Amino acid sequence: MNFSVLTSQFWSLCLSGLSLGLIYVLISLGYTMVYGVLRLINFANSEIFMVGTFATVWVETGLTGHTSNSNPLHGFQLVYTLLFALVVSMLASGLTAIAVEFLAYRRLRARGTNRLASLISAIGMSIILSESARILTHSRPQASPRLMEKTSFGHIAGANFRIDTVLVVISALLMFFALDRFVNKSRLGKAIRAVSMSEENAKLMGINLNRVISVTFLIGGLMTGAAAFFFMTVYETTKFNVGFNLGLAAFTAAVLGGIGNLRGAFFGGIALGLLETMSAAVLGSQWKSVTVFVVLVLVLLVRPNGIFGEAIQQTRV
Amino acid sequence: MRLEIKDLHVFYGKIEAIKGISVVVNQGEIVTLIGANGAGKTTTLKTISGLRPVSSGAILFDGQDISGMSAHQRVEIGISQVPEGRGIFPGMSVLENLEIGKYFRKDRKSEMQEDLEKVYSLFPRLKERTSQSGGTLSGGEQQMLAIGRALMSRPKVLLLDEPSMGLAPMMIQNIFNIITEINKSLGTTILLVEQNAQQALQRADRAYVLETGKVVKEAKASDLLNDPAVREAYLGTGAH
Repeated sequence: MNFSVLTSQFWSLCLSGLSLGLIYVLISLGYTMVYGVLRLINFANSEIFMVGTFATVWVETGLTGHTSNSNPLHGFQLVYTLLFALVVSMLASGLTAIAVEFLAYRRLRARGTNRLASLISAIGMSIILSESARILTHSRPQASPRLMEKTSFGHIAGANFRIDTVLVVISALLMFFALDRFVNKSRLGKAIRAVSMSEENAKLMGINLNRVISVTFLIGGLMTGAAAFFFMTVYETTKFNVGFNLGLAAFTAAVLGGIGNLRGAFFGGIALGLLETMSAAVLGSQWKSVTVFVVLVLVLLVRPNGIFGEAIQQTRV
Repeated sequence: MRLEIKDLHVFYGKIEAIKGISVVVNQGEIVTLIGANGAGKTTTLKTISGLRPVSSGAILFDGQDISGMSAHQRVEIGISQVPEGRGIFPGMSVLENLEIGKYFRKDRKSEMQEDLEKVYSLFPRLKERTSQSGGTLSGGEQQMLAIGRALMSRPKVLLLDEPSMGLAPMMIQNIFNIITEINKSLGTTILLVEQNAQQALQRADRAYVLETGKVVKEAKASDLLNDPAVREAYLGTGAH
């Protein structure tokens, strides 16, 4: 155990914990949005993330012809390549999410089967997607090229403000707040909230349930896809089973904050990112998962619905 | 507007909840369905709104069979329901609750303010509480909000499920007065389901008595008020 790193590298750890945490936040939105409307844990979300990472690699190598030995890009070319990769990754994940809903859940829902059937179907979709990716990539890890020089803005309070970390933190925050605003202010966002409070009453308002559910999957997928792009920007490598660990962590974050609740996902994700980073530094990275799950169990003992419960969005009568 | 239910059968799993009900609601009427718990009143309304599938029979709206239509489309053609228990969205403000009542009419944004004013004039108390969250309103206020929200879609027929449930006698009077006013001044046709048979029969033009999924009596409401059997069964000493 090495507690001195907590003081000597505190701000550094905070920054990397925050960027990891915000990636968790975006993935956990995929779980939490879907849970909010369907009370279903979309286990395939981890593979929706995986699809996003592969899409990012595909754009950055396949489409732009960049290789791992190429020189980093600069200026305008860098910006549009990154933006293009972000958009493609979001779309790939978003469309996968819609497809998963359409193929695996919609019919079950129409027949009024119980939620366990959907849960099994979700696990099935997850396995199908990750095994297909395994076959297509021959189980080999896929690396994304280093498109930008990971220059540092310099050290502030001992923390190394590297450009990719800062980029992730700022963009992820912007995305979260845009989504929060969308859900709370827009017409469609209100419909999503109405469905999450009561499916039947939402129908009585003239809300097309299936459409709202598709939109919810799309949005959850878009956020997960953005997370995939940010993940590739910082960590630069992916594999068919990349979604397993990240998906599990993001799901944990959602539960920690209170699943079905946007702000819960936000604080849960950041808390988890910080906790993982700090515990890896202090106890060694092999203790990371142990710490995280001990904390999760302790939180759930005191607050079974997570820190924010389901309260903020959808107090049920 | 004419709503006609023809020999409707509805199952919950293997249990037949509605066993061949026929009901007619004509333009401008207030029609009430009365009956004890479990008689099938709520199921009938849910089926009209498309929340329960029809096993056999038909629901005709202006002569067109709508029994295969999805729930949200039925709101679009003019059938609006105030559900049992009011169905307020608790995490939304009063204003948001009202706005979502007009959800599908995105093309009629210009009507929004006009309809809000209409609702506020019927229920001045809602205007004082526009930003309050729906879940914190009193039962009576929630009922007002639920009725106001249903009116936002400019329904041709309004289905009301137990609007008096859980309310104080004063508030019950108040709500029934407003229901009558909606019918008279807005010309909205009303199908009212009530356990409070006394109030319902006083306000309605015609009434159907339901027992275990069947219509056992159908008459003018005023006749039922004086019917000894109905008085005995539904207007006993417990009625207001």
